[in-house]
Amino acid sequence: MTVMDIPHSDIADWAVDTTLRSDTTLSTRAMLLNMGPSHPAMHGVIRIVLALDGERVEDADIEIGYLHRAFEKESETVGWGQVFPYTDRLNYVSPIINNVCYAMGVEKLLDIHPTERCEYIRVISSEVSRITDHLTCVAASAMELGAMTPFIYLMKAREYLYELIEELTGARLTISYVRIGGVKADFPPGWLERLDKALDLVLREMEDVDVLLTRNRIFIDRLKDVGVISKEDAWSLGFTGPLLRSTGMPRDLRKDEPYSIYDRLDFDVPVGTVGDNYDRYLVRMEEMRQSVRMIRQASRQIPGGPVQVDMSGRPLTGAQMVDAAKMGMTADLLLRTVRPDPTLDGADKKSAQAIRTADRRVSLPPKEDTYGNIEGLMNHFMLIMEGEGIKTPPGEIYIANEAPNGELGFYMVSDGSGRAYRVRCRPPCFYLMQGMDRMIIGDMIADVIATFGTVNMIAGELDR
Amino acid sequence: MDSPARSGPHTLTAMPEPTHDDPTIARLRAEFGDAVLETHAHRGDVTAVIRADRYRDAVRLLRDDPECDYDFLTDLAGWDRLKLRQTPRFEVVLHLYSLSRNARFRLKTRPEDNAEPVLDSIVDIYPAANWPEREVYDMFGIRFTGHPNLKRILMYEGFEGHPLRKDYPFNKRQPRVVEREIPDDRPGMIF
Repeated sequence: MTVMDIPHSDIADWAVDTTLRSDTTLSTRAMLLNMGPSHPAMHGVIRIVLALDGERVEDADIEIGYLHRAFEKESETVGWGQVFPYTDRLNYVSPIINNVCYAMGVEKLLDIHPTERCEYIRVISSEVSRITDHLTCVAASAMELGAMTPFIYLMKAREYLYELIEELTGARLTISYVRIGGVKADFPPGWLERLDKALDLVLREMEDVDVLLTRNRIFIDRLKDVGVISKEDAWSLGFTGPLLRSTGMPRDLRKDEPYSIYDRLDFDVPVGTVGDNYDRYLVRMEEMRQSVRMIRQASRQIPGGPVQVDMSGRPLTGAQMVDAAKMGMTADLLLRTVRPDPTLDGADKKSAQAIRTADRRVSLPPKEDTYGNIEGLMNHFMLIMEGEGIKTPPGEIYIANEAPNGELGFYMVSDGSGRAYRVRCRPPCFYLMQGMDRMIIGDMIADVIATFGTVNMIAGELDR
Repeated sequence: MDSPARSGPHTLTAMPEPTHDDPTIARLRAEFGDAVLETHAHRGDVTAVIRADRYRDAVRLLRDDPECDYDFLTDLAGWDRLKLRQTPRFEVVLHLYSLSRNARFRLKTRPEDNAEPVLDSIVDIYPAANWPEREVYDMFGIRFTGHPNLKRILMYEGFEGHPLRKDYPFNKRQPRVVEREIPDDRPGMIF
């Protein structure tokens, strides 16, 4: 692996090209152009400062941080189980995958393993999320190049899946579906059959888009040999996911370091050849088809049984939880004073009923019940406040899974209290954006939009 | 709401998993001797702590040595051990991956000065460390000597303090950002 030069990115140091061209008598000057942080063709708040020579990009400086919301600091101030809503907002196009990765991390700290059925539920819902993420990416990139029809088709396809996600989790984006040691709820009756039908519809929409785009002269001209990055550069800059695979590197965590039940599924890892925008488009399209393959295999393999486990890894049913409470295992309850926290705004009965399932095994009761009657209090206590929430043993772990944009990782440090001492999120986009200036320098300014689209930056996980 | 009193001990207990048979640890020990301060393999994550003055050498060895061959920097992060009452206070954590061996490794180092933590930059060894080092500087105030462009990345210029330090209160407020003049230091550039 070659060590490369450091990206030259300090604007103040930009050499201003005022030299006379050897072949002409006209002098040129670089023009500074701000793209973003708020720009109609940029999905997400990011500022790219471009130095332009005519329409050609001479240099680029990428400024991030506009959507920073202190995810890592917030994670240190709440219990382990309370971080899930924050993880939804990392990559908000495929929140289930963030949920799963975070839950896997805490489970690794606790050394517990979810049940078989839960693993399958997680994999199926993760792959559905991956398809929605890729659909969004391809749709948005096509639209930004002026192809409105594929955008509508793919959004329609995404809608089929979002409806199922909504049915499963109760929300479309901020789903908070996964729990430590389980998931919030089992599939609703008939869900897998409906998913199978929806996947057929998605594949049909994708075929249409395939016909519209893949051999489309204009589309190819806009994408081919644009935004190129070499395999070596991509590897040394920390690229993962479709961007790395588009350069011809068959690296996929689901294949190389199979977690959950991915080793039981038969799938291919599509790779590109030159690492340009067109390759990235093709890789994403093929990955969606592979995800469909995976979902169909997993739907056939999924066993029955419980979806939740307790702290020592034993399967746990809601009835057992209630029985334990009935047998008087609530001694700590009397010693505790409950102090409502201002952050609990919005957890009232009305909004809770609107977004959560009423299943008491898995769902926290509304706050009126928690503070108002003993059943609600017990329910809440056994779910959340046993001891002091979930107590992980002291230690540190790193967990990674394959998110739609690449390797999503969590480095977690526990000091044995009920809270994270440190949670570090390794967002795939952070490393992709670090190398984006390399992809756009030398291209035309209109190509910045095309490249930015296929990089699929998600500001939520980039800035955390 | 800055961390109310936590229950439980404020220490990380010794990790039970031994690391004697790990080839990378053996290689590091052979090369750096007692500059390898600690090793453990908690939950299978093989980890070594290297003294800050040999940090760059260790990183270079891990990348270039054919037995190690960690050619991919997965992540670089920092954390503050203030509330664990451990010193030195800051720790920088590298997660490395070797494609040829399909193995992961965690290397940690501790900049010695608690007040003005300084560490060598490894951007010339792993170009991927560029932005993560900026983030560690932004969040913890650890300066990386030799970094080509060490400035804040997620926070804005003019932000006071380093937010992920444990003595930075969770709910601290920042003063208003004063309006800045755009420096006219790029003559010849058209705005």
